[in-house]
Amino acid sequence: MARTVGKAVGKSPGKLPIKASGRSGKKASGKAAGARDRALGLLDKKLVLNMLDLMVKSRALEERLIKVYKTGDAYFWIGAPGEEAFGVPLGLLVDKGHGPAHDFLHLHYRGTPTLVAMGMPMIDSIRLIMNRATDSSTGGRNFANHYCFPKWNVVPVGSPIEVQYSMAVGTAMAQRRRKMKKEKAGVSIVTGGDAGSAEGDFASCMIWSSRPGAELPVYMTVQNNKWGISTNYDSQHGEKHVSDRGKAFGIRTNVVDGNDPIESYFAISQDLEYIRKNTKPVLTEFMVSRLYGHSSASGANRENGECPIERFEKRLVDSKYITTGFVKELWQQYDDESRDAAEKVRAEGVPTAESVWDHIYVGSENADWRKF
Amino acid sequence: MANMAQAIRMALHYGESKLGVTDIFGEDVGAPLGGVFTATQGLKTAWNSPLDERGIVSTAIGLGLAGDRCVAEIQFCDYIFNTIDLLKMAGNTLWCSNGQYNMPIVLMTPVGAGIRGSVYHSHSFDAWATRLPGWKVVMPSTPLDAYGLMISAIKDPNPVLFLKPKALMRIKGEELIPGEPLEEKELKAMIDAPIGDRSKWKPRWPAVGEFEIPIGKGKITREGNDITVVTYGRHVLMCNKVADDLATAGISAEVIDLRSLYPYDWSMIRESVRKTGRVLFVNEDTEVTNFGEHLAYRVTQELFYELLARPRVLAGKNLPGIGLHPNLEEASVPHGHDIEVAIQEVMAEVP
Ligand SMILES: Cc1ncc(C[n+]2csc(CCOP(=O)(O)OP(=O)(O)O)c2C)c(N)n1
Ligand SMILES: [Mg+2]
Repeated sequence: MARTVGKAVGKSPGKLPIKASGRSGKKASGKAAGARDRALGLLDKKLVLNMLDLMVKSRALEERLIKVYKTGDAYFWIGAPGEEAFGVPLGLLVDKGHGPAHDFLHLHYRGTPTLVAMGMPMIDSIRLIMNRATDSSTGGRNFANHYCFPKWNVVPVGSPIEVQYSMAVGTAMAQRRRKMKKEKAGVSIVTGGDAGSAEGDFASCMIWSSRPGAELPVYMTVQNNKWGISTNYDSQHGEKHVSDRGKAFGIRTNVVDGNDPIESYFAISQDLEYIRKNTKPVLTEFMVSRLYGHSSASGANRENGECPIERFEKRLVDSKYITTGFVKELWQQYDDESRDAAEKVRAEGVPTAESVWDHIYVGSENADWRKF
Repeated sequence: MANMAQAIRMALHYGESKLGVTDIFGEDVGAPLGGVFTATQGLKTAWNSPLDERGIVSTAIGLGLAGDRCVAEIQFCDYIFNTIDLLKMAGNTLWCSNGQYNMPIVLMTPVGAGIRGSVYHSHSFDAWATRLPGWKVVMPSTPLDAYGLMISAIKDPNPVLFLKPKALMRIKGEELIPGEPLEEKELKAMIDAPIGDRSKWKPRWPAVGEFEIPIGKGKITREGNDITVVTYGRHVLMCNKVADDLATAGISAEVIDLRSLYPYDWSMIRESVRKTGRVLFVNEDTEVTNFGEHLAYRVTQELFYELLARPRVLAGKNLPGIGLHPNLEEASVPHGHDIEVAIQEVMAEVP
């Protein structure tokens, strides 16, 4: 983790901070990890295992969504296989709740791991991809992974790339105002891809969140999988790292191995701590994988690339945290859970034609001009 | 026969090899993908832009100011909206410069519903486009028309917006493009990129020829005497089918494929409505301040005393988006049944 602005916590790039601890507040145990994997030992073992559990759960869910798509029960899939080692720690570290006192989540269309870690039941995601009337996020109106959960400040995920970064300025402004009045206020967390950072909204977020004396509690994260659909990162970016751009604005920046949940966990927890304490933005880039291509439009087939879960499993087996048998059972359990959920959803009702007029205006008034 | 994606590809090839096109660009337009609908595969001047629609439109404007010829793409018209001010500028450059600067650019973008594209891959742009004075606006319904309109668009000294009905991109034509091989398989082998590794692949272009569909000229796709149906894009196919079905029920509908929205073929509409006395305008953009309303207004003003029924516009419902579930999509934009009902209602009116 290369920290470039702000307090240096690691002694040199690549080293993990010593002070950080798990969200549980428990001291890092270090018991089982052994000398070979010092970083692992810095986190509570329960937390480490919980992360693995949630990563597997998230992947099993995404693989179910893909199956649902491939068997013709959905029209489109897009999601997050390959981003679990970033998304799960983020979900665990969010201050979850409704309103500016808590964190806002401005997610893009790869948010499943974060929401699984926050406690979203699998069935909610399946209702969304299968466009059921029971889909609370969009009422059967939008694509997979276009989540919306107001109870957790998960504002609607939209398809237009990058607008979430500039919208985060507004929620962060509301949070800053409360902070200045010594009220409790959360952070506005944004996720998005590498290619999308070319949109002006990304620059708007940096510019607006770093105005001297009016800095905003925005956590700008970029999940760099090196691709925007078919376009390679190296062909479009003169900057070495997207996050380097933050330096010009005095924004604290990091580049993190987003395929390592331990490194991600430390980075996110320290970034959030810094933002909460200083009411200033942070821009952190997580290097991640895109394991099933861009979306179902490109086939949704397993592609080459490092799998963060396989890597983590191996690490935990090597460190004797778990056995391979345990891993197998875990996958089985979540595969079953996802299948049962999909079965249940299949039997649920679908949106009616008349419902197109619902919720255009508050109270569904005045929607159809023929009626006024 | 070529499908519309192949037809556009061949027209662009003609443009870059015969008409001086220097740049064909946009998101995922270059290798390896060649566009999300493969309309730009294998073209030698095609390149991938950053993911930045404003950058795409303003770069096109700059290339136009420098006197180069480009065809730029917005990946889906759903993502064109943050460029509206730039589109306005492209449209007003000639006027604001007192006739000194032309803006010879082509901007193409897929439009409309019909592929289960959900909220953000189903928008229409035709009504919006016709509110951009200075732009010519075209929308083909067949591969051959796409070919001919693209060549006209490239040659035109004005900015031309080429709307691609995305639901028709894979539909094969019934007419050969000049120079197109007779065998569909042969064309495919020549110009479709292979699945998998494409790094060594190069297209073998057929010797496609000059062919223009003049901008501003519509086409009568079904002749009839009882009612005129004016439409464009994918709704041409639906209206044709309805006209065929109604013919057996004794209703003779004339279908006009407008092909150009601006300028539009007023004389074709006028002559047809004079003949039938009844007219229905069909498109899928939202109904409030819809382009069809302008046409209905003109019909009312110029042909009022020749009408046998009120002109009617059948368009997309006035909704903020197209929902993904088929029940939602079908309730949002006109389909065959809606067109048939509308025709019957107009026919039932007694003056
Ligand atoms: C404004 C806008 N333009 C284009 C698109 C089409 N599109 C969807 S995803 C994508 C690529 C995004 O790449 P990146 O930002 O790196 O995110 P990733 O998908 O790799 O996670 C594009 C061009 C869009 N959704 N929104
Ligand atoms: Mg990417």
